[in-house]
Amino acid sequence: MSVLIFIDQTEGHVKKSSLEAITYGADLAKQMGTTAEGVVLGTVTEDLSALGKYGVTKIHQVANDTLNHLDAQLYASVISEAATASGANVIVFSHNQTGKAVAARVAAKLKAGLVAGACALPDTSNGFVVKKTVFSGKAFANISIQSTLKVISLNPNSYKTVATEGTAAVAAFAATVGQPRVKVTTVNKITGEVPLTEADIVVSGGRGLKGPENWGILLDLAKELGAATACSRPVGDAHWRPHHEHVGQTGVQVAPNLYIAIGISGAIQHLAGVNRSKVIVVINKDPEAPFFKAADYGIVGDAFEVVPQLTAAIKN
Amino acid sequence: MKILVCVSKTPDTTAKIAFTEGNTKFDEAGVQWIINPYDEWYSLVRAIELKEANPAATIHLVTVGNADAEPIIRKALALGGDEAIRVNTDNSDAYYIAAQIAEVAKQGGYDLVFTGKETIDYNGSSIGGMIAEMIDAPYISLATKFDLNGTTATVVREIEGGEETAEVALPLVVSCQKGVAEQRIPNMRGIMAARTKPLKVVEPAAVDALTSVVSFELPPAKAGVKLVAPDNVEELVRLLHEEAKAI
Ligand SMILES: Cc1cc2nc3c(=O)[nH]c(=O)nc-3n(C[C@H](O)[C@H](O)[C@H](O)COP(=O)(O)OP(=O)(O)OC[C@H]3O[C@@H](n4cnc5c(N)ncnc54)[C@H](O)[C@@H]3O)c2cc1C
Ligand SMILES: Nc1ncnc2c1ncn2[C@@H]1O[C@H](COP(=O)(O)O)[C@@H](O)[C@H]1O
Repeated sequence: MSVLIFIDQTEGHVKKSSLEAITYGADLAKQMGTTAEGVVLGTVTEDLSALGKYGVTKIHQVANDTLNHLDAQLYASVISEAATASGANVIVFSHNQTGKAVAARVAAKLKAGLVAGACALPDTSNGFVVKKTVFSGKAFANISIQSTLKVISLNPNSYKTVATEGTAAVAAFAATVGQPRVKVTTVNKITGEVPLTEADIVVSGGRGLKGPENWGILLDLAKELGAATACSRPVGDAHWRPHHEHVGQTGVQVAPNLYIAIGISGAIQHLAGVNRSKVIVVINKDPEAPFFKAADYGIVGDAFEVVPQLTAAIKN
Repeated sequence: MKILVCVSKTPDTTAKIAFTEGNTKFDEAGVQWIINPYDEWYSLVRAIELKEANPAATIHLVTVGNADAEPIIRKALALGGDEAIRVNTDNSDAYYIAAQIAEVAKQGGYDLVFTGKETIDYNGSSIGGMIAEMIDAPYISLATKFDLNGTTATVVREIEGGEETAEVALPLVVSCQKGVAEQRIPNMRGIMAARTKPLKVVEPAAVDALTSVVSFELPPAKAGVKLVAPDNVEELVRLLHEEAKAI
C-alpha cells in the first residue's frame, strides 16, 4: 500500500507544482496510514533526497534521457510500472501541462477512477470523495471514486507546500522505456519570466490600457512584485500581448495568491479563469465595472496614474 | 484520411451556475446550451481546414450524450463535417465517456482524433488522453498549432512557461486550444446542409463508470470589495501586506 506521487521536472529541476503534489500526497498517505513514494522520470540535477522534507520517503528514479521530453504514452507506461511495483492505491499528479497529458492515460491504462483538478484532500471517512473545481472555477464538485486504484491530479496553487525535516531514499527504478513516438524538435521557453500557471502573483491588463505601447507601467509593477503577466482575451486577440498570456474561460486558468487586474471590465468569461485566485485587486476607472464585485480590494481610478504610484509605493 | 472530432455540449459561458435536488444536480432551468468552445472554435475548425486542403478527407463528429445533445451536433455539422455519431447515454465519468469514444474510434479506424482542451463545465482535460491510451495512439495535449505533412503531424503544444514543437506519425489524438484555428460562424448554406447530414445514434458499450458526482458546492460569497482612494496607494500596499498577507 502506498500513495505514489509523480514528480515532474524540467531541465533537471523539480517543478513547484510538484512540491505541492508531494505535500498533498504525503498528507493523504498520513490520512490513510500509509507511506508516500515518488517517481521521477529523466535526468535530474537536483538532490532528490531533499524532497523528503515534503513528506515523501522513497523516490523511484528512471534516469533515462529519453524521458527528458514528454511522450505521454511512454510516461504513462513507466509511471504505471512504478505504481504496480510500489503497490500504490492512489497516484497523485499535478494538474499542470504534463499532468493533463499523463494522468488520464495512467488512469485509463490501470482502469483507475480519475479526479482531474482536485483542490482539497479526499474525504476518506466514508468511501473516497475528492473535491474538484468545475464550471471553470465557478463551483466545486465532490466526486466519489469507486475503483480500488485511484488517480488524482491536483490543481496548481491550491495546496500549500510545507517543508519540514526528512530525507527520501532515492533508488534507480528499472522500468521498460520503449521508443518514443513523439519527437520534440524545438523547445521555446520564455526565459526570465515567471510561468503564468506557477506564479504567486499575476498582474493582468485589459483593453483599458488602450494599446501595447502602454504596457510598460504594468511590466514595471510586475517586475517589482516578481509577478507573471497576463491579459484579457481582446488584448491577446489584438496581439497587444502574446496569446499565451490570455486568461479566462477560453485561455489559461490561474489561481495565484494575488491577482491584480488593471483596466479589465471583469466579464464572466474572464472571471472564469481567475476566480480561484486567493486575493483579487481591481484597478478600473469605472466604479460600475463588474470586476469590483469579484474583488477583495479595489481602486476606482485611472490606471495611468494609479499603477506607477503603486509600483513606487511597493518599492518603498 | 479520416478525422474524428469529439464534440460536447456545455452550458453557455454566461449561464448562471446553480444546483438542485439537494445540490446533487446542475440546475438546467433557463440554461442555453452551446458546443464546448474548445471543440467548436479550435478542433472542429482545424479539421474543416484540413479537409479544405485535402477534399478526400472525411470528418466524423462524435458526442456522448442524450437526444438533447442533437441541436448542438447539428450546429457543429453546420460548421462542417460529413456525418455525426451520437452515443446514446449521459454518464459524466471521464473513463466511461472516453471508452465510448474509443469504441467509435476503433470501429471507424480514424487517422486523427481531435478533442478540445477541456470542457468548460467539467474541466477534466482528460478525455483525449484516455482515448489515446485506449486506442494505443500517441497523444499531444494542449496543442496551439497543428500541421500535417502526409502522415506526419507537426504540433506545437503548451508547456510550462512556453511552447514546444513535436513531430508525430499518425494515428494520433490531439487536444486543441487557442491558436490551432480561428473561430468561424456557420453560414446559411452550412445550416441547410446540416439538416440532411447523417446523424447516427449508437447504443453505449458496456463499460463500468469509475467515478460519480456526490454533490456540488458554490464557493463562499466574497465579503465585498474594500475600496482604497486613488491617491492613497500606500494604504493598498499596507492592506495587501498586513491584512491579506499577499505581498
Ligand atoms: C464564449 C466567450 C468566451 C470568452 N472567453 C474569454 C476569456 O477567456 N478571457 C477574457 O478575458 N475574455 C473572454 N471573453 C470576452 C469577454 O466577454 C470580454 O469581452 C473581455 O473579457 C473584455 O476584455 P477587457 O475587460 O479587457 O475589455 P473591456 O470590456 O473593454 O474593458 C475595459 C475596461 O477598462 C476600463 N478602463 C478604461 N480606461 C481605463 C483607465 N484609463 N484606467 C483604468 N481602467 C480603464 C473600463 O472601465 C473597462 O472596464 C469571452 C467571450 C465569449 C463570448
Ligand atoms: N460527452 C462527450 N462527448 C464527446 N466528446 C466529449 C465529451 N466530453 C468531453 N469530450 C471531449 O473531450 C474534451 C475534454 O473534455 P474533459 O476531459 O471533460 O475536459 C472536450 O473538449 C471534448 O472534445
